[in-house]
Amino acid sequence: MALSHLSSTRSNRLLRPLAAAASSLCRPISTSTEPLVIETSIPFTPHKCEPPSRSVETNPQELLTFFRDMATMRRMEIAADSLYKAKLIRGFCHLYDGQEAVCVGMEASINKKDCIITAYRDHCTFLGRGGTLLEIFSELMGRQGGCSKGKGGSMHFYKKESGFYGGHGIVGAQVPLGCGLAFAQKYNKDENVTFALYGDGAANQGQLFEALNISALWDLPIILVCENNHCKDVNLFLLLDFLRLFFTLLLLWNRVLNGWLFGRWHGHC
Amino acid sequence: MISAGVGGRQLGGDLAGAAVVVVVIPRRRSRSIQSTAAGEALRCGGGGIKNAWSLQGTRPAILASRSFSSAAKEMTVRDALNSAIDEEMSADPKVFLMGEEVGEYQGAYKITKGLLEKYGPDRVLDTPITEAGFTGIGVGAAYHGLKPIIEFMTFNFSMQAIDHIINSAAKSNYMSAGQISVPIVFRGPNGAAAGVGAQHSQCYASWFASCPGLKVLAPYSSEDARGLMKAAIRDPDPVVFLENELLYGESFPVSAEVLDSSFSLPIGKAKIEREGKDVTITAFSKMVGYALKAAEILSKEGISAEVINLRSIRPLDRATINNSVRKTNRLVTVEEGFPQHGIGAEICASVVEDSFEYLDAAIERIAGADVPMPYAANLERLAVPQVEDIVRAAKRTCYRSSSLAATA
Repeated sequence: MALSHLSSTRSNRLLRPLAAAASSLCRPISTSTEPLVIETSIPFTPHKCEPPSRSVETNPQELLTFFRDMATMRRMEIAADSLYKAKLIRGFCHLYDGQEAVCVGMEASINKKDCIITAYRDHCTFLGRGGTLLEIFSELMGRQGGCSKGKGGSMHFYKKESGFYGGHGIVGAQVPLGCGLAFAQKYNKDENVTFALYGDGAANQGQLFEALNISALWDLPIILVCENNHCKDVNLFLLLDFLRLFFTLLLLWNRVLNGWLFGRWHGHC
Repeated sequence: MISAGVGGRQLGGDLAGAAVVVVVIPRRRSRSIQSTAAGEALRCGGGGIKNAWSLQGTRPAILASRSFSSAAKEMTVRDALNSAIDEEMSADPKVFLMGEEVGEYQGAYKITKGLLEKYGPDRVLDTPITEAGFTGIGVGAAYHGLKPIIEFMTFNFSMQAIDHIINSAAKSNYMSAGQISVPIVFRGPNGAAAGVGAQHSQCYASWFASCPGLKVLAPYSSEDARGLMKAAIRDPDPVVFLENELLYGESFPVSAEVLDSSFSLPIGKAKIEREGKDVTITAFSKMVGYALKAAEILSKEGISAEVINLRSIRPLDRATINNSVRKTNRLVTVEEGFPQHGIGAEICASVVEDSFEYLDAAIERIAGADVPMPYAANLERLAVPQVEDIVRAAKRTCYRSSSLAATA
């Protein structure tokens, strides 16, 4: 569509050779439901278990819905970023762009009776569980039409009827809560599981290990998903520390150099 | 003994010379009467139907006539809690118990005795020593619709899990605009025991009571324990249930209504344990017993004290407290916890807001000493309110304190 628009403008003399090729580049997108087997590119690294098969059966129509969902999520997060910079979203706004495939892939294999719980990077997970863009943006901007009626904010999206339990601001807290959801599923003898998502920062939390220990002891139907987006690795304060270290070393080197060049070792250091 | 509040007032001196109504208390008004339901009726206001009667729909006159034929049953607080949890677990299969030593060991204080045998390991779960972990799991189970009862061996250990109590349980209903409800009960002994030292003796009533989204209950008698525990388990919101280790073994009379499995007490209603007209004394948990003893001593000196058993710390029964203060015009608040930002401070503020013109004297706050609980027995006794402190404070509000030394 974009290419055909370009071919109709006046200042496209440079693009004219391409315009002819444009129509041949526009392929029709397949919506067939013929099964397609895809081999995932990165092998699994199992630890004390059998790795699952790398062959995934899908079809072009399904792949297209995945793409549409992920593209919607990406556009949504970019829009949220602009709104945040325009100060229409206050407080915190943690974005999930780049991680869309995780929640879309998860949704593809589960149903609404399985539970998902995550931390504060929850906009796309909520959308994947059946939330609407209107609910999301209303909540982000503190309006009554939001999924939590404006009382929660970016970090507190919930959709209990679809098995989405939030939306939690305390790093790592969602993991024991997720184990609790799994406990309830086992108690009620549901044949469902819970996915508790967490990040590289929460991986250090003691309560995560406590919950894991209890889950292993009680054999709970919990799946923990670590989304390592390296958010914990570089932060502003760490950067400032490095900058400070760098400039201190620079100053020291400057003094050493001056001392050596001008022989001012005696009254110095 | 450090007690917060205005220092002893010297003015007025002793009013012994003035016409003082001497209340002659017949010897019957002692434990023997208290052990019958009639005694309870007398103690709580002489059969007055207009009184805040704790047993729903019961007219005292019926109890009074019934009890003359046989003594009412006595029950320890421990048995009251055990029977309440047992009955609620059998009535609702979604209720389950989780905590350290609740199962095989029959409960660290034997509150959950026999429950593992009766309900099995699926519903009575022994946990490792991981408060943060198992509290989070309990709250998550409550999100999904189960009704957990989480036991903390003492509330001092609840600090390990306080993030889940406050941020995951108390606030969720609000943050989700009503989508997520958390029908969980956190229970365990609170406050000072005997000789357990600073890290095992703190009272957490004011910490939890300051948080919106929580309900905080503190029973005193067996009737309170049964009724409030049942109400807590049935409640759709998180409830912090503050018991007291030293009260577990104490026996109280219980009527047939209390023993019925559908019995429960309303959350947010205080009970007037003893009616009076000169000074109001508010207390909760173990301090109710001390306040009642102080009221006995005061009555011998001509001061008729009204003792209010708060029962519910959050929501606080401001109406009962204020109505009482409007009647007596004097108030002494008693608590075991630290004085600063405590329950007494909240009651004081509430009375000043609602009934300031009715006060004839400054409000006295009796609280634990503003110091971590010491170990030595004599120091521990000084760090916790005693009956004499309550008596002295009540006399101060009546301008009857005799010397400066007595107010130290």
